[in-house]
Amino acid sequence: MTLALSPSPGKSREKSLKKLKWLLEPYLYLSPAIILITLVMLVPLVVGISYAFQSISLLNPFQTGWVGLANFEKLFSDRLFWKALTNTAWWTIGSLVFQFFLGLGLALLLNKPFAGRGLVQGLVFLPWAVPAFLSGLNWAWLFNPIIGPIPHWLAAIGLMDEPTNIMADPNVAMWGPIIANVWFGIPFFAITLLAALQSIPKDLYEAAAIDGASAWQSFAKITIPFLAPTIAITVMLRTIWIANFADLIYIMTGGGPANSTHIISSYIFTTAFRRLDFGYASAIAIALLVLLLAYALLIMQMRKHLVKGI
Amino acid sequence: MPSKVNFTIAGALRYFAIALYVLFALFPIYWLVKIAVTPDRLIYTEGTNIWPSAFTLDNFRSVLFLTDFLVYFKNSLIVSFGTAFFTTIIATAAGYAFSRFHFRGKVVVISVMLITQMFPLLMIIAPIYKIMAGLHLLDSLVGLIIVYTAFNVPFATFLMQSFFDGIPKDLEEAAMIDGCTRFQALRRVIFPLTLPGLAATLGFIFTAAWSELLFALMLINSNENMTFPVGLKTFVSKFAVDWGQMMAAGTLALIPSCLFFILIQRFLVQGLTAGAVKG
Amino acid sequence: MTEIQLNAVNKQFGNVQVLKDINLNFKDGEFVVLVGPSGCGKSTLLRMIAGLETITSGDLIFGEDRVNDLEPRERDIAMVFQSYALYPHMSVERNLGFSLEIRKRGAAEKQEKTAKASGILGLNQLLDRLPKALSGGQRQRVAMGRAIVRDPKIFLFDEPLSNLDASLRIEMRIEIAKLHHKLKTTMVYVTHDQVEAMTLADRIVVMNAGRVEQVGTPLDLYSKPNNLFVAGFLGSPKMNFVDHTNKALHLPKTSLHQDAKTYGIRPEHVSVAAADKKANLIGVVEVVERLGSDTMFYLNYGSENPFVVRVPGIDQTQVGEKIGVLFQQENLHRFDQSGSAIIA
Repeated sequence: MTLALSPSPGKSREKSLKKLKWLLEPYLYLSPAIILITLVMLVPLVVGISYAFQSISLLNPFQTGWVGLANFEKLFSDRLFWKALTNTAWWTIGSLVFQFFLGLGLALLLNKPFAGRGLVQGLVFLPWAVPAFLSGLNWAWLFNPIIGPIPHWLAAIGLMDEPTNIMADPNVAMWGPIIANVWFGIPFFAITLLAALQSIPKDLYEAAAIDGASAWQSFAKITIPFLAPTIAITVMLRTIWIANFADLIYIMTGGGPANSTHIISSYIFTTAFRRLDFGYASAIAIALLVLLLAYALLIMQMRKHLVKGI
Repeated sequence: MPSKVNFTIAGALRYFAIALYVLFALFPIYWLVKIAVTPDRLIYTEGTNIWPSAFTLDNFRSVLFLTDFLVYFKNSLIVSFGTAFFTTIIATAAGYAFSRFHFRGKVVVISVMLITQMFPLLMIIAPIYKIMAGLHLLDSLVGLIIVYTAFNVPFATFLMQSFFDGIPKDLEEAAMIDGCTRFQALRRVIFPLTLPGLAATLGFIFTAAWSELLFALMLINSNENMTFPVGLKTFVSKFAVDWGQMMAAGTLALIPSCLFFILIQRFLVQGLTAGAVKG
Repeated sequence: MTEIQLNAVNKQFGNVQVLKDINLNFKDGEFVVLVGPSGCGKSTLLRMIAGLETITSGDLIFGEDRVNDLEPRERDIAMVFQSYALYPHMSVERNLGFSLEIRKRGAAEKQEKTAKASGILGLNQLLDRLPKALSGGQRQRVAMGRAIVRDPKIFLFDEPLSNLDASLRIEMRIEIAKLHHKLKTTMVYVTHDQVEAMTLADRIVVMNAGRVEQVGTPLDLYSKPNNLFVAGFLGSPKMNFVDHTNKALHLPKTSLHQDAKTYGIRPEHVSVAAADKKANLIGVVEVVERLGSDTMFYLNYGSENPFVVRVPGIDQTQVGEKIGVLFQQENLHRFDQSGSAIIA
């Protein structure tokens, strides 16, 4: 038995209004975020990108105007740019590898309860709360052979012939900021990986133990697969942040000696604020952005494949 | 019995490893404080000593009473709390939307938020400067809060989404059947349950805003509006790097962010764990 | 009047059609159970009645009103969730009275209704506790109490007993039956457990893969299933299905039907006999289960699945014995090629 319900025009208007409200509901919640981000980040981003196609050098005020891809052409033949690119790779990979594994180790250690864990957890995450420039200055001090302890210790244990400033040596200067960055970044991985570890159901480990799995096997076959999605996201995010993070380098070495520690970000900084060439700086920034986008896409693809395989 | 011995050795190793981590984390901070309490005349000569031969609180005294540090500190507090507050509200709404709704365009919005994390903020300094100038928000704490909030919203949204994922959907559904609109359900039932997550996000944002140097440098130029990172830079220029005073200022500045962070980091882990289990 | 009508109701999630052309009528005060295997769409259907899911096409009618577009809070319903969905930060008392709190009713009314629900379900000692301090059964009762306080036109239950242990489940089942008796409200109950369905329902709706297989009273569905699915779903242990070509099967000519591809007989509708020509089926006992109240035999008769025999009381037949089975001819079901029942 079907009731013939022909909606009156008023009712159907009401209905489509309701449907509209239902479709719009999520956007209502999102609107403050979207508006703010668009105004403060996206619009400036577009403007910033447009600079790359212009000649905006405050030292050459008469040469302003659109120059198409001229800035990008300059990029290809700029040796410093390519050096900075290599440095960025070293900087990012070096920082990331140590941060990640040490962070993972810390997370594993904190995963099992022990006396005083709460306090230890609070203390060991502190480095994240220290502002970059402060820790940059601090570490610069620590590495200074005249007034800091580390070169003396390194010499004492034989890693150095005599206490020298590693940040004065172009071959190893990058390690200074890397170590400072590792110190700073361990908490990020430790916190996120710890959270992921704690969400793994305990009975999986129990079942594995009964099946005769060794500690390493449990780790490789249970822990790692469960952590994989978290690892993918945190590594991707942190890589991008590190690649863009020039504060420590700028403060500890200023990009030297001999440009051996300049990464793309710090190079952008000096181009924009020392040489006052905003157009070229923007071009460099875009190059970096494109690279990072490619990287992000790569990771997302890899993640899809890995998840399929599990 | 070999297994018992192995057990204790493993346990001891663990404690040793943990001790190493704690040492590594705290040593630089300790160093900072050490320099802050070392009298000026000994700073360079005793640079490599672990323990200073004399203590002094002079540096702290000069920083607090002879400089504008307190002004900078106050400004930083205003900006950081303001940013944390607004960011959390906006991110809560957005995180809730991502957690509970499926809608066309979700992927687009998420991608956009992701992209905002990818470009160096340097790129947009000049345009932002122009925009703020146009809005007469240069050299104002409000302008800084607006900018910082925008920067932090994406990651905060990601955090809040995780926390919301940890709360079962049937609670809202039960509330909606009981007579709430979705918003009422959010306010009365879900919100109280996200308080730990909220605290965690607040702490995280506070720390980020507290440390920010570049935009504060660019957008603020009058002394009474400076935040302390900028103020710290003046120590560098004014006193040709007065290390003692600078580290004293640094120590004082560390206190709020470290304190806050210690308090909330537990909630961060808890909230992210719960989100992982359900989500 | 709280009859519920579903007319040509369909539900799609993206490209997947989850519910296909559902037509149902629930009478006022009826206890209807939606039962079926996981994924059959019963929970989705319930949530559509509640307003928690949209209806892709078709009409949902309460009494005289089409309610497709009404919000859950406008439908005057109450729902008991599988996970109970108690508000964790509120006491039992506040949980019970929450709906009244939302509608800004007076304290006196809240007190009265909460006390009444609490009395019916025996919650008076627990009013100050938080949900996390309650056992599973207690939480269940609070969830039901919350529904009672609403005094709704329709009660909805979404697998409420799934998270309880066996003995608690039986206890709560009786509570729910008594509740229905007392309140006489229309109740729609979803479960995958056919025992709950058989014991609680005035009528059962058997669902499978998004469609309604059959609707009827429990005994109707038990004695006159429309097809293989319904026949095999209700009744525990399951009905025995024997292919008509099976060598171990011997049926008298009168029982045969030319279209019958499968024969069905319930374990309780057979008796044990000698393994001779008069037996309808011959097999070897593989497993014996002695429950004291009944004895079950699982016979290997040359087919994939054993033939199950249930006899009351204690029987001494042993494993390995070859026995014959006699069917109660009036309870023999026949199913044709397509699985539909053949009504002789």
